Amino acid sequence: MPITGKDVKHAAQLARLALTEEEIKLYTGQLQRILDYVEKLSEVDTKGVEPAAYTVPQRRAARPDTVKDSIPPEDALRNAPEKEKGCFKVPKIIE
Amino acid sequence: MSAAMERYEAVIGLEVHAQLLTDSKLFCGCSTRFGASPNTQVCPVCLGMPGVLPALNEKAVLYAIKMALSVDCTVNRKSVFARKNYFYPDLPKGYQISQYDEPLAKEGSLEIDAGEGKKRVGITRVHMEEDAGKLLHGEGPAEEGFSFVDLNRTGVALIEIVSEPDIRTPDEAVAYLKSLRDILVYLEICDGNMQEGSLRCDGNVSIRPFGEAKLGVKAELKNMNSFKFLKDALAYEINRQTELVIGGKRVIQETRLFDPATGATRPMRTKEAAHDYRYFPEPDLLPLVVTEEEVEDLRKTLPELPARKKERFEKEYSISPYDSGVLVSSKRLADFYEQTVKRFNEPKTVANWVMGDFLRLLNENSKDVSESPVTPGKLAKLLSMIKEGAISGKIAKEVFEEMFKTGKDADAIVKGGGLTQISDEGELAGIVEGVIGKNPSEVEKYRAGKTNLLGFFVGEVMKLTKGRANPQLVSELIKKRLG
Repeated sequence: MPITGKDVKHAAQLARLALTEEEIKLYTGQLQRILDYVEKLSEVDTKGVEPAAYTVPQRRAARPDTVKDSIPPEDALRNAPEKEKGCFKVPKIIE
Repeated sequence: MSAAMERYEAVIGLEVHAQLLTDSKLFCGCSTRFGASPNTQVCPVCLGMPGVLPALNEKAVLYAIKMALSVDCTVNRKSVFARKNYFYPDLPKGYQISQYDEPLAKEGSLEIDAGEGKKRVGITRVHMEEDAGKLLHGEGPAEEGFSFVDLNRTGVALIEIVSEPDIRTPDEAVAYLKSLRDILVYLEICDGNMQEGSLRCDGNVSIRPFGEAKLGVKAELKNMNSFKFLKDALAYEINRQTELVIGGKRVIQETRLFDPATGATRPMRTKEAAHDYRYFPEPDLLPLVVTEEEVEDLRKTLPELPARKKERFEKEYSISPYDSGVLVSSKRLADFYEQTVKRFNEPKTVANWVMGDFLRLLNENSKDVSESPVTPGKLAKLLSMIKEGAISGKIAKEVFEEMFKTGKDADAIVKGGGLTQISDEGELAGIVEGVIGKNPSEVEKYRAGKTNLLGFFVGEVMKLTKGRANPQLVSELIKKRLG
């Protein structure tokens, strides 16, 4: 699958990354090499094999519905670039 | 509506999100209590700190399965949690844990009745996901240009119920949403409160000429968070699209927000890279395994659902569809009604009291049925006393108010307050005599043929006895005396 500069720009946009033209060129090549490498897998015959996203035995893993202590709001907000009134303060989200 | 417009029909599908009534969040132990101070119910898991792991809430799973079964879905033996990736300030992880190509349940249906007969709406799927946080928008000038993020709601358990595009009118959409809400509330898995956002509704709307099988271009509608808004938003949108098409223009695919202030929908955000959520299986959670036995055990715990209960009430108690609808509107009210009928077997009378004075007093006192001081046994006793003639219907209403206020039994109030009906002929005859003596001109008119003055005399006697006289008896006595 050939990767183009457009694909890289799209991926960068989704990840909110600002890339220069040189970077786009650089990553286009790098991504192409990664994909080519992974492409090797398609040489394996997987007919009749169920895709396995998980390799551990499948059983129900769940916890009971019990409330545990939360952390203090000061701690929750410690990483906030800006805070006010106990909230994270962010540029206005327009809807 | 113009003739041209009548040639088009709307095609509507709804996506309903219901907050599950679990104590803790879907993937962590933070409380789900509504109304807490901002960011006091958060932890590293729901804040999306690096290195944390989600742990699935068992009760949320059981609740979701109950709902799936109640809308006749097939519960998948295995479903998979997936990450839905997007950036938004109310989503600290940068992805929402949801379910994508392998949802909890699929292919169900729900019967609705929008007043034009019964109709089935297909349910595409029911899946589990976590809620996002809440954005508060500043109001003062200093807050202009900022939003404030409260993450208490982040990670609260939701189920999303997606319908097939089987809905054709705003009324059907409202009937569908009401039915869903009734079921959720009956199952006691969601409080159904649309104002607090425990139940939310989005929809897809398109139009097409009648008889056309292909779907038109759809608009996605957001913010239809009351039955009225849902109806208004859909009506507005159907009209807008129809006028566009009639005018030779095209409907474009977009997300539109309903504005209750204007009653209109407006475009929200253009979807560049429309829905590029890059779903992939959540590596931190195992697939959700549900066994056959588990599903069958849960099926047995399902209560009688509102639609079936309504039909049974109509048949079993010979009450009108309207009465039945009011009585089953809440499970507790329906139970109260049935418990009362069990003790006083006159279903219509009981229905009148429950729907009338009982509901009125509950509303006036902002009480739920469960908080009512009057129990089914107490109401049944009161109704028996009316039937036996111990008190008049009029007095009974006063007694009932007193019962509601004090929680006392009817007979205690009646005895204590001297409210027993006077059915003693001798005693009543004396009072009748007095009334006749005081109103000679009315007596004359009555004797001259104005017999509708009977009501006047009866009324006077009732006044003097503070409503305690047996009205039939009074009326007979007066007729005899003046006839």
